[in-house]
Amino acid sequence: MQEKENKDGIVFKTIFKVMLLIFTGFILIGALAIIFYGPRQTQVELTEVDPELIENGIHVRTGLIEADGLQTVITNCITCHSSKLIIQNRMGEEQWNATIRWMQKTQGLWPLGENQKVIVDYLTTNYPLLEKGRRPPLTDIDWYSLEK
Amino acid sequence: MKRRSFVAKSGLGTLATLLGVDIVYKELMPKGYTPLALQETDPFKLFNKDEAMVVLNDKPWNMEAQAHLLNDRVTPNKYMFVRNNGLLPEKIDESSWELKIDGESVVESKTYSLSDLKTKFKHHTYQLTLECGGNGRSEFNPPAKGNQWTIGAVSSAEWTGIRLKDVLADAGIKDDAVYIGYHAADMHLSRNPTKEPISRGVPMSKALQEETLLAFSMNGEAIPLVHGFPLRLICGGWPASTSGKWLNTISIRNKVHDGAKMEGSSYRVPCETVAPGETVADEDMCIIESMPVKSLITYPKSGAIIKEGKSLKINGHAWAGELEINSMEYSIDYGTSWKPASIEKAKNRLAWQHFNATVNFPKKGYYEIWARATDSNENKQPMVLPGWNPKGYLNNACHRIAIKVV
Repeated sequence: MQEKENKDGIVFKTIFKVMLLIFTGFILIGALAIIFYGPRQTQVELTEVDPELIENGIHVRTGLIEADGLQTVITNCITCHSSKLIIQNRMGEEQWNATIRWMQKTQGLWPLGENQKVIVDYLTTNYPLLEKGRRPPLTDIDWYSLEK
Repeated sequence: MKRRSFVAKSGLGTLATLLGVDIVYKELMPKGYTPLALQETDPFKLFNKDEAMVVLNDKPWNMEAQAHLLNDRVTPNKYMFVRNNGLLPEKIDESSWELKIDGESVVESKTYSLSDLKTKFKHHTYQLTLECGGNGRSEFNPPAKGNQWTIGAVSSAEWTGIRLKDVLADAGIKDDAVYIGYHAADMHLSRNPTKEPISRGVPMSKALQEETLLAFSMNGEAIPLVHGFPLRLICGGWPASTSGKWLNTISIRNKVHDGAKMEGSSYRVPCETVAPGETVADEDMCIIESMPVKSLITYPKSGAIIKEGKSLKINGHAWAGELEINSMEYSIDYGTSWKPASIEKAKNRLAWQHFNATVNFPKKGYYEIWARATDSNENKQPMVLPGWNPKGYLNNACHRIAIKVV
């Protein structure tokens, strides 16, 4: 009888130890979670992306292609309008320059000095003209079965 | 572009901007707390737009529909395209909102509150087609700069308001009146308070039409903020930039209005046709007025695969600025042969017209259904791009969808 009790006692203690270990484990994980993922004690900020992160050749915050001249473009061009306006467009050197002149004349853009060439070179290199012909073909068709 | 989370660096200043109010007790906000309102910079939530709408730009906000989203006879808000030249107005107080009628050719300048307008003048409701002048720009070659709309910058919602002509008559129109010009509460991208993002207008003949409204409701409800709350102009059938949003002034001019985006090449095409890529002087550019004939196949969505032997019902809408649609046809052989589609009468002048047809395919294969509308001047949509112009306006080439018969 006593042996059985002893056996029971030993099993009981082991369960106790295991539970204690698991419990401690949870506390440790919880503490780590609070440290790494807890509320930040900074001013209101929604950005979760590193503002200068480059991934697969793209500057993630703006979506612009990472290349020579990118920082100059960001500093001068993204203050007023979104980078999406740039990304949508494809133009030649003359048209990009004409666009800059129009922005300076009518939209409050400041003189760019030497930066203008840097900016236009970036744009013509990374967002060049595409040949479309008189009517582009249909592209990016998402095929699906039409059930009646 | 699929829906993405629009995560942005924001401060309480931006929050004030979005809400249009001061943030009371902002000093008491706990550090690290994200105000509820700031948590939303997602335009789909901000503007109640369907997730399949395409965002072209987020500063300023520009979004378009896809053809299959525009199948409703009357366009609901969730599928209505968003077009902005500037930033949305920061402070809107309906109770103190005023509309001033002024200008060289007003008999006596007058100011109205919103409740003045709603109580003194008779209300009218019309279904009115608004299309961006640059709808279709993406196809031009050489390309034109600006938002690269494909086909989705068009809508035909029901607008309720008072007739502009009734208000102008109340203030009095001098004999030398030529044009009206609107001024609004939106802000220039540069935040320079002396610059207007847009201030356009229309000739008196358009201003005095029965369907030209000062609108306060869209589809029976208050106009959504992004579409011009609390008061906007609706000039159906003309480039939608004439339908000014967030109006605070209408000026009766004794000359063509010369506000922002009236001058230069804005909303103008060459007075005389030019070759693709030509440079055109500003003085050789003419203002766009009535939009050209155009149509859209809104059902089925492009890319449908159907079984051989089955016929396919298609439907869509057609519109033609000030004109009406005379006939509608479709082709499955790239314009070699055309078959008629049935076209309904418009609900009222300047509403789009619905069409439908049952299409049969001779055998298996890849097909494109091209749709072509003819207006009441017997002018048809071109199959290739129409005349090139420097700003890429007025692409009314036929819409087509892809079909596979298996």
